[in-house]
Amino acid sequence: MSSPLRTLSQKVWDAHLVREEAGAPSLIYIDLHLVHEVTSPQAFSGLRSRGLKVRRPDLTIATTDHSIPTSDRSLPILDPIAANQVAQLDKNCKEFGVPHYGVHSEHQGIVHVMGPELGFTQPGMTVVCGDSHTATHGAFGALAFGIGTSEVENVLATQCLLQRPSKTFKVQVDGTLKPGVTAKDIILAFCAKVGVGGATGCVLEYAGSAIRSLSMEGRMTVCNMSIEAGARAGLIAPDETTFEYLKGRPFAPKGAEWDKAVAYWKTLPTDEGAVFDRTVTIDADTLEPMITWGTNPGMGVSITGAVPDPSGIADALDRDNVEKALAYMGLEAGKPVLGRPVDVVFIGSCTNSRISDLRAAAAVLKGRKVDPKVRVMVVPGSMDVKRQAIAEGLPEIFREAGCDYREPGCSMCIAMNGDQLQPGQYSVSTSNRNFEGRQGKGGRTFLASPLTAAATALAGVVADVRSIL
Amino acid sequence: MIPFTTFQSRVVPMPVNNIDTDQIIPARFLKTTSKEGLDKNLFCDWRYETDGTPKPDFILNTPRGQGAQILLAGDNFGCGSSREHAPWALTQFGFRAVVSTSFADIFKGNALKNSLIPVVVSPEVHAKLLGLPEDAQVTLDLAAQTLALPDGTAVEFAVDSFSKTCLLEGIDELGWILKQAPAIEAFEAGRKFSVNTLG
Repeated sequence: MSSPLRTLSQKVWDAHLVREEAGAPSLIYIDLHLVHEVTSPQAFSGLRSRGLKVRRPDLTIATTDHSIPTSDRSLPILDPIAANQVAQLDKNCKEFGVPHYGVHSEHQGIVHVMGPELGFTQPGMTVVCGDSHTATHGAFGALAFGIGTSEVENVLATQCLLQRPSKTFKVQVDGTLKPGVTAKDIILAFCAKVGVGGATGCVLEYAGSAIRSLSMEGRMTVCNMSIEAGARAGLIAPDETTFEYLKGRPFAPKGAEWDKAVAYWKTLPTDEGAVFDRTVTIDADTLEPMITWGTNPGMGVSITGAVPDPSGIADALDRDNVEKALAYMGLEAGKPVLGRPVDVVFIGSCTNSRISDLRAAAAVLKGRKVDPKVRVMVVPGSMDVKRQAIAEGLPEIFREAGCDYREPGCSMCIAMNGDQLQPGQYSVSTSNRNFEGRQGKGGRTFLASPLTAAATALAGVVADVRSIL
Repeated sequence: MIPFTTFQSRVVPMPVNNIDTDQIIPARFLKTTSKEGLDKNLFCDWRYETDGTPKPDFILNTPRGQGAQILLAGDNFGCGSSREHAPWALTQFGFRAVVSTSFADIFKGNALKNSLIPVVVSPEVHAKLLGLPEDAQVTLDLAAQTLALPDGTAVEFAVDSFSKTCLLEGIDELGWILKQAPAIEAFEAGRKFSVNTLG
């Protein structure tokens, strides 16, 4: 017997059940399908070979973000394979009638930045995209998760997916973040606590006073990295912060529709007394800036902490994993990451490229100069972020400090577009993955917040931002 | 889809935990618009030197890594991105199953849609498989949901019942969903409150 008390994610799930049958996966309806150039071409080819249309092009939005250069947009794309992929999305969207915020659109941007900022993402929705960081949209109380290309094709053709419900997992974060500690540090601490596979099979719900105090952009940073602990989705209950953010955005409801929507959204938070399959707590009061030392996002420590010593790990494969990570990263067991020289600082990605991230970095960099040995890249998440940054004078701050301020896109988070580390180089990156070679073959990544990244850019070595606040 | 049949194979051990999709197929190879040709870059950065020569000690470059259909990997295989290019690359190389103590969710779903069976076994069975002689044959029977070891033991494994039926009967999942069109139309017509403001 299922409990009549339901969690947020269960309510969203229930509202989208098209068909349910004992023993079979459920057919669930998708409200918003986000499409980008990398994981969609084979899905459109599939539709074409079956003679199918996009069932709901009105619920489908495309943008180009992964493969495009972040240099001058008036120039052609030099990489012929990338140029072909970008052109293919244009062609597919035209043929199938999908709105496309492409390379030259005034709203182009990283799919998980432009979607929310235009008001496409709303509470209570089901949102999918052929991209694991779709979890980002959970910040609005949407059930949002990444799918593979076969599922992209399924949703294009039918607006539905076959799914089984996940376990529910509550992440309770109470307390007040200290100066220099951010949303990014909350999620890095969570990943370090449960490990890179610790939330596999689960949908997370982030709750508690520290989560309530976050802006929508901070909440998106938290939800974005749910997948880095293995959870396909991570949600936060919609509240006044959510409504305030959404009101007036281009695709948010208007007038009477707005009131009706808000009334519905207010029914979504988890019922008092609803039971989660698992709960962990994080104390925001004692949280420090976090940094990763290894080759997955679960391998993180506080900025003043030391990397682990594998000799103390009992399980052979776990020990090998840590030894392998330390060897790849060129780090010594038991030593801190703080003070290690870096070659590159990257401020960007669907985790940390929104206006508040740029503001945070600019506040640290203003009137200062970055270490001349470090290449500092700042990549806004979207054209809208870029315009807002100009209005606030941020590009001048970055340029005067010695940063390379670029055009919107995924850039060095995934290193598909030529923005990449050289073998052996170290970066402090505000992105979401530190896997081997993620930022370029042989590159070595320390994940951290925009504040830590900016402080590191100034110092030329991994730095604790609290020392200069 | 071709119905999935029972097969016998040697096991290729890759006992590394948390093998992520960036290792299985690095992102720079995702600029393709096709599904084909990914096998040559499977595990690219572990498999080749910077100049493109194969690393002699990497398992897929050894005789043991050639011609086998079962990959034996460490815990949490396939973590990271949603790229279906990962199972495409694995199946194009010749793998029909990956055996591990656990799999990342998105990878698992993608694998099942591409006739690549994610087989979850206990740590004890995993250790036993790792200890098998190089030429030992293992039989994977999807209908029975068993992995038969050379010593005669048949290890049961779980598989999603719907996926199993699709794989064994060669049923195409999209074809099945398309047949639900009346239910989808009824759902669209009958929503009490649609938050959609896009349409």
